[in-house]
Amino acid sequence: MELKPGLRLKSAVCDTEVVVVRPAPGDVALECGGQPMVAATAAKPEGLSLSPDHSGGTQMGKRYADDALGLEVLCVKPGAGSLSVGGEVLGLKDAKKLPASD
Amino acid sequence: MQTTLLLDMAADAAPDRLAVGAAADGLTFDEMRNRARAGAAWLAGFGGETVVFVGLNSPALPIAVFAAGLLGHPFAPLNYRLSDTDLNKLLARTSPSVAIVDDDIVGRLQPTAGVAVVARSAFDAACLDPTHREAELPYVDPDIGVLLFTSGTTGEPKAAILRHRNLTSYVISTVEFLASDEDEAALVSVPAYHIAGISAVLTGVYGGRRTVHLPTFTPEGWVELAAAEKVTHAMLVPTMLGRILDILEARGESLPALRALSYGGGRMPQPVIERAMRLLPQVAFVNAYGLTETSSTIAMLGPDDHREAMSSTDEAVRKRLGSVGRPLPSLEVEIRGPGGEVLPPNRSGEIYVRGEQVSGEYAHKKAIQDDGWFATNDGGWMDEDGYLFVEGRLDDVIVRGGENISPGEIEDVLRTHSKVTDVAVLGVPHDDWGEQVAAVVVTSEPVSTDELASLVKGQLRSTKTPELWVFREALPYNETGKLLRRQLRAELSAPQAAA
Repeated sequence: MELKPGLRLKSAVCDTEVVVVRPAPGDVALECGGQPMVAATAAKPEGLSLSPDHSGGTQMGKRYADDALGLEVLCVKPGAGSLSVGGEVLGLKDAKKLPASD
Repeated sequence: MQTTLLLDMAADAAPDRLAVGAAADGLTFDEMRNRARAGAAWLAGFGGETVVFVGLNSPALPIAVFAAGLLGHPFAPLNYRLSDTDLNKLLARTSPSVAIVDDDIVGRLQPTAGVAVVARSAFDAACLDPTHREAELPYVDPDIGVLLFTSGTTGEPKAAILRHRNLTSYVISTVEFLASDEDEAALVSVPAYHIAGISAVLTGVYGGRRTVHLPTFTPEGWVELAAAEKVTHAMLVPTMLGRILDILEARGESLPALRALSYGGGRMPQPVIERAMRLLPQVAFVNAYGLTETSSTIAMLGPDDHREAMSSTDEAVRKRLGSVGRPLPSLEVEIRGPGGEVLPPNRSGEIYVRGEQVSGEYAHKKAIQDDGWFATNDGGWMDEDGYLFVEGRLDDVIVRGGENISPGEIEDVLRTHSKVTDVAVLGVPHDDWGEQVAAVVVTSEPVSTDELASLVKGQLRSTKTPELWVFREALPYNETGKLLRRQLRAELSAPQAAA
């Protein structure tokens, strides 16, 4: 699937939902819980289960990135699965927090 | 990514946390979402393609921002301080639209084709109406989030376009989701039609910080509300800060709950920030520099920078108190010369910026280059350590108390006087206003400044009336006939203008 900015995806095996913040070029298979994610508007595929190797969970409001690909997604609904591309778990990225309101 | 998703996330994760209003009776994030949905369902019945907002700060502002997003329409806040003529002119430019207007401003508006005017009280009521609260909203995927009318150099306001992706990019790259403590409260006193007013709505929601609105700024009102609501964070323009310090000093008020103050939107006089740091030693000060076209902040002088500069004996470090700090890590800044070449440190040129939060775009005109670089039209330079010093608008717009004033229209009025043969209007540094309006006039016969001042006041508003008048035999021009404003500015900034 081509991961365009703003594209919303959901996990096939848990409650996780993400939005693509920074796209990666070409076709990228983003997985959650070890299974390919699907468009948020699509039906959830049946018969898939959460892989124990990818069950670290996602946290609401956290950004996950694959620096090699340039891909970055924002978790907008948390779930039990963890995010990966080709089995490689995505790293957590911190916001460069502004020290005050503005 | 849509700005409404930011509210959805906060309302899903912290439905019962206070989003806006007083600690005693504020609205929760869940209720804010419910009202925004109801407001969107109700506004849909009026048609239009833009949601206009003309009013003071109140909880209706964030609700209207998100209602517009849920409808899929751009949100366009207008400056209610404009003259009736200018306000009506701007309103007409938003057609087809629906305008949410403060009840006491409705009477100033003329019937305008394609613009449905609704009173804010009616909007507030609709947000509580069970019929609208239960309405199903169709799926939308809007592109443009906010239209902000900037005061352009020609005097005719330009509509800056901020897309949802610019705004959300700024928010998620600078604010940690729900990272605010539950006892934090941000006092917002900048108006809705200022980019800082819009970004405060979005960053407040995403960070999970309660927002307290001051409907209209007075230094007394600000201090009283800050104390009553135990405000922890606030954003001010430099002019406001100076006036607040006067009140704090007079009343012996120390605002113990206050933790952080950010300021921006104009030149901060060094004596004012130094005084602020002495009067409010517990407060972390942040200077945020940004533009409408960049979805707010692009560079920041943080609390540690402030303290380091204040206590340093190194002149270069101390000077940083007059800088806007370093660019945000999520974007790039360059200083370029007139030929477009990138300049080394300590060389003055035009400030360029590139990053995802940068829209650099106006209705009917794209000001951003194909490679993503946006020319800010601000002059400035960077020191060896990357601290950015802003010198002011290259096109000589005067920034008085956070208000942008175009010299051209004031000059035009003065030129209408029969005895005025030449005139230059420019901003000179002023400790309270950042800049004040100065007029350098060449006349054929003596004319009193009162006469000239009342001429300007009669045709423009009082903030545009020059406060400093200088009479000259002639104005300085270069060989190509270009007025040397910089030279005049330097001459007027010398001692006689400091009084």
